[in-house]
Amino acid sequence: MNIMSEAAVEKALDQKMNTVPYKMIGKDVSVYYGEKRALFDVNLNIRENTVTALIGPSGCGKSTFLRTLNRMNDTIENCRVTGKITLDEDDIYDPTIDVVELRARVGMVFQKPNPFPKSIYDNVAYGPRIHGLARTKSEFDDVVETSLQKAGLWNEVKDRLQEPGTGLSGGQQQRLCIARAVAVSPEVILMDEPCSALDPIATAKVEELIHELRSNFTIVIVTHSMQQAARVSQRTAMFHLGNLVEENDTDKMFTNPDDQRTQDYIMGRFG
Amino acid sequence: MSTSFLLLLIVIIGFISYFAGRARSFAQAGGKLSNLHSLPGYHGSYVAIWAILPAALVLGAWLVAAPMYIDASTRAILPETVQTQGGATVELALGQVKSVAGGLKRLTAEEVQALESGSANLRSTLAAKGVALAGEGEPYMIAAAQHFNAMTVTNRWLMSAVVLLIAVAGGFYAIRNIATRFRARNQVERVMLGALIVASSIAILTTVGIIASMLSEAGRFFTMVSPFEFFFGTVWDPRFAAAGSGGSSGQFGLIPLLAGTLYIAFVAMLFAVPIGLFAAIYMAEYASPRLRSTAKPLLEVLAGIPTIVYGFFALVTVGPFLRDISAQLNGLVTGNYQNFIQAQSVLTAGIVMGIMLIPFVSSLSDDIITQVPRALRDGSLGLGATRSETVKKVILPAALPGIVGALLLTASRAVGETMIVVLAAGVAARMQINPFEPMTTVTVKIVNQLTGDLEFTSPQTLVAFALGITLFVITLGLNIYALYIVRKYREQYE
Repeated sequence: MNIMSEAAVEKALDQKMNTVPYKMIGKDVSVYYGEKRALFDVNLNIRENTVTALIGPSGCGKSTFLRTLNRMNDTIENCRVTGKITLDEDDIYDPTIDVVELRARVGMVFQKPNPFPKSIYDNVAYGPRIHGLARTKSEFDDVVETSLQKAGLWNEVKDRLQEPGTGLSGGQQQRLCIARAVAVSPEVILMDEPCSALDPIATAKVEELIHELRSNFTIVIVTHSMQQAARVSQRTAMFHLGNLVEENDTDKMFTNPDDQRTQDYIMGRFG
Repeated sequence: MSTSFLLLLIVIIGFISYFAGRARSFAQAGGKLSNLHSLPGYHGSYVAIWAILPAALVLGAWLVAAPMYIDASTRAILPETVQTQGGATVELALGQVKSVAGGLKRLTAEEVQALESGSANLRSTLAAKGVALAGEGEPYMIAAAQHFNAMTVTNRWLMSAVVLLIAVAGGFYAIRNIATRFRARNQVERVMLGALIVASSIAILTTVGIIASMLSEAGRFFTMVSPFEFFFGTVWDPRFAAAGSGGSSGQFGLIPLLAGTLYIAFVAMLFAVPIGLFAAIYMAEYASPRLRSTAKPLLEVLAGIPTIVYGFFALVTVGPFLRDISAQLNGLVTGNYQNFIQAQSVLTAGIVMGIMLIPFVSSLSDDIITQVPRALRDGSLGLGATRSETVKKVILPAALPGIVGALLLTASRAVGETMIVVLAAGVAARMQINPFEPMTTVTVKIVNQLTGDLEFTSPQTLVAFALGITLFVITLGLNIYALYIVRKYREQYE
């Protein structure tokens, strides 16, 4: 009998982690808000089809780094980014790159569920509509159905697709936002504390979903919860005061970190 | 003692009471402030309130009631012959008595004696002192006037004594109440609450009073002209020249005025809404904070220009410009240099009113657009939408109910606007659909009907109140509906 337990499979996968290719490469990334410097020469690479968790105390720059990955920082006044970030070899800060197209390739899910004040159907169809990913009614129906299925929401809402998305519960709204991001078929999905506004049961569902999405998407998640980082991610990066402290396999990070500050943070001594 | 001096005395008593109350609470506390339930200042205020408030209320009531009582008692001593004639004659006699009473104060004792004995003429004596009498003056008036003067003096002394007594008594009563555990703070709080309620009721009662006066005058109008003729009549021809001369009744059809009002408001909105809305979108979504902080106040300066200024802008600039350019256009096309836009026209009034409304539309819409949560913008941008896609597909739909509410508020301003239309729209009450011709509005006709020297007895003037109440109902309805929509929208995000 050569059947490995699920845990063993996971472990084997994690050990192969070092051979997984990079999807995004961040080199000497610094971010300034006006005069204030928020990130200091961060070198962090994101591996393909991997969940990378960014952890660290409040104000450490983890969300700032996340938002540099799809240039959402552009919408903030006075924000300046230096260094180089590539997505599949393309420099995303190159002046010739189309930001709108970049954001279609690197989707984002926000801290607070933010469904548009439209029907569930129109929320999911929003991205495909503006990017022309579907033409006919039946194509749209397909996109909406598969996206909602990927987000694990289909069975709960299939009979009320025309009802407003704002009428769903908090957890359902967040999964709707994930479905909305998935519908554009991005390559990378960024999640900024996606469970911080949810109750434990809704959180468990979203975490399960992240696990499943991993096979199709590269995921970067910012989280305040150590347990969540340990549960959902394969790689973890620890930020502190705008610096990247350590980046490692999640297992190693939580059992035997290289850096004392990581040790202290995980043990709850600061943060 | 004059009333203002009396008031000053009450205030002084109040001041003294304040310090007395404070001092007493200090004494009661035995030097330890923590023994007191309320701070000494509250005790002082409590005493001062008791000293001032009842006295002031009694003073107010007295000032209203006493003249009525004095008039009644003076009326009672007028001779039978006058009293039996009743009504206007009695009031006229009373008025003369009061003039005489005023004059008597200026005369010397000998002059008064001469008058009483009948050796001097009442009218000429008083005229010499600068008091003009309407009639010759009757002998009984001197006695009545002396009675009146005596009553007034007594009244004054009595009033001063009573009011001062109440002030002092109130102060003493309150001072006796002061104790360490006395809740002066809560008592003062109750008086504050009362004062606030009074202030807000004054505002509300004034509104009620205005409506009531309009309703009663409009009611008088409707006894002369049937409501059916007014609300459904299609001809406006009040025969103004004949007003007051009797005989001619005129026609008071509301429809042409209402049509003009709505037409001009519609043209104004046609100009104001797109420009104002686009300006608001630019300010809220695209403009950098620096540009916004200078451009927005500049835009709002437009709202501070008095509407009469817009009116003569329309009269001397926009109107003639439209007239001349239409003549040129006509000449180029047909060779006949005849203008087809009148200087005073629906278009002129509409354009200028539209310019006036731009800041209202833009500032109200801007507030509503910026209220749309940032999360929705980020969500849309994060999906790879451009800014204009985000505005068109997410922000405007989310803000739509609020914007509709804002537009209704603006429309109610357009309907009630007066000065611009008076100068720019003309006064011809006509029913027609050509925007290049003059039309008139409800507000213009109100101004017309009430300009000049008039008496409020003929339908020609009273119709203004009927027009006013109609306009009021329209704008009130628009405002209530708009506020309802705006409030409903607010609940969505809060």
